[in-house]
Amino acid sequence: MYNFNYYRPLSLEEAAQVLSAASDGKLMSGGMTLIPTLKQRLANPSDLVDLSEIADLSGIEAKGDTVVIGATTTHAEVADSEVVKSQIPALAALAESIGDPQVRNRGTIGGSIANNDPAADYPAGLLGLGATIKTDRRQIPADDFFTGMFETALEEGEIVTAVSVPIPKKAAYAKFPNPASRYAIVGVMVAQGPAGTRVAVTGAGPGVFRVAKMETALEKNFSANAIEGISVPAKGLNADMHASADYRAHLVGVMARRAVTAAG
Amino acid sequence: MPTVSMTVNGQPAAGEVEGRTLLVEFLREHLGLTGTHVGCDTSQCGACVVHVDGKSVKSCTLLAVQAVGTEVTTIEGLATNGTLHPVQAAFKEHHGLQCGFCTPGMVMSAVDLLSQNASPSEPEIREWLEGNICRCTGYHNIVKAIDAAAQAMKG
Ligand SMILES: Cc1cc2nc3c(=O)[nH]c(=O)nc-3n(C[C@H](O)[C@H](O)[C@H](O)COP(=O)(O)OP(=O)(O)OC[C@H]3O[C@@H](n4cnc5c(N)ncnc54)[C@H](O)[C@@H]3O)c2cc1C
Ligand code: FES
Ligand code: FES
Repeated sequence: MYNFNYYRPLSLEEAAQVLSAASDGKLMSGGMTLIPTLKQRLANPSDLVDLSEIADLSGIEAKGDTVVIGATTTHAEVADSEVVKSQIPALAALAESIGDPQVRNRGTIGGSIANNDPAADYPAGLLGLGATIKTDRRQIPADDFFTGMFETALEEGEIVTAVSVPIPKKAAYAKFPNPASRYAIVGVMVAQGPAGTRVAVTGAGPGVFRVAKMETALEKNFSANAIEGISVPAKGLNADMHASADYRAHLVGVMARRAVTAAG
Repeated sequence: MPTVSMTVNGQPAAGEVEGRTLLVEFLREHLGLTGTHVGCDTSQCGACVVHVDGKSVKSCTLLAVQAVGTEVTTIEGLATNGTLHPVQAAFKEHHGLQCGFCTPGMVMSAVDLLSQNASPSEPEIREWLEGNICRCTGYHNIVKAIDAAAQAMKG
């Protein structure tokens, strides 16, 4: 790992200031992705700005018909939250399925979505639930936030502060995990509620995507049978030592049906 | 160089480190607490698990500077006055180790589990150990030891 200057600001303003003053600054939340990246010398920031001590960025709150989750809230906190478990159990279960207990104790929702790993769970969760991502500059609908492989709509130095998730009528997440890392080989969030009927897929393609045909079918009839015959084309899907593109395409159907059944 | 200070196994600990110094390096090289192991150094194996403010974390994936002001517990801090912690005693009793390399991380991880769930089922124990890899035991006796420790701790 190359060396860097380390800062742990106590306010968002201070964080933005330190970051803009740095020649090549980088934000850090849980460090569960960033520290392994630094160890491999795939990044060489001059300054690290640790967001973990900014009190406003952490915590979970029910606000009207949404649940608002601060950016530095850990996966373990989301999984254990009474608010999330009672209002959006599918999201608590998704958080519980990430990695292992030690990764969940440090990794955060803000870090996960800012990183937008094509096999990460939260991108499917937030797109499927029709969430809005709040930053220090604006609010971005999940539909516009996840723009591609490890790519998001975030601008240089923009800081995710929270996500606002509409409480669905029903929702479930089904994942076929990589047996070693628990990242999604394919993961599907299915939800029906204020954000409409949504099917969002992670792990299968270069980035999270929705399946419009399934959504239309589920709108008419929310049952696993309704999407039985609907497949996604394998062309353009990921293929690696864990699963071929054809197999991933097949898994999208299986996971979507499992999620619909679980959502009830 | 940044100066870090934290509480380690109940004692104040301080030292000068680089920004990039990992918590596990600080523990092993600055404080001489070599009970915490480095297996993979890539956040996968759990040999380096310690507690920070009571929660299990991988100390190879945490900077020493991130732990400033926290309470860190390592495997060396579990026994009290020479008496093994019930989880340590159960690993010994039930042959929950062979080479012992993974053991400090396994024990620290198990202690965290039992602090949240006093009577985990066998599947819950196995699921909790997702981040702890053992190349020797096949896990069976580790799971048995954790189950026995849970019984013992309930008294
Ligand atoms: C062994 C292991 C298994 C894992 N398994 C899974 C899994 O099954 N599913 C899954 O989804 N993930 C998995 N992960 C990834 C884990 O969820 C990470 O926690 C997550 O991807 C990144 O979160 P973080 O808080 O650690 O971010 P960091 O590592 O701190 O940061 C990641 C990136 O986001 C940027 N960033 C961080 N916070 C913000 C912010 N508030 N605003 C703007 N940019 C920000 C950073 O600059 C950096 O580029 C795993 C990781 C490990 C090590
Ligand atoms: S050495 Fe830390 S997880 Fe393997
Ligand atoms: S006892 Fe040898 S690695 Fe677990």
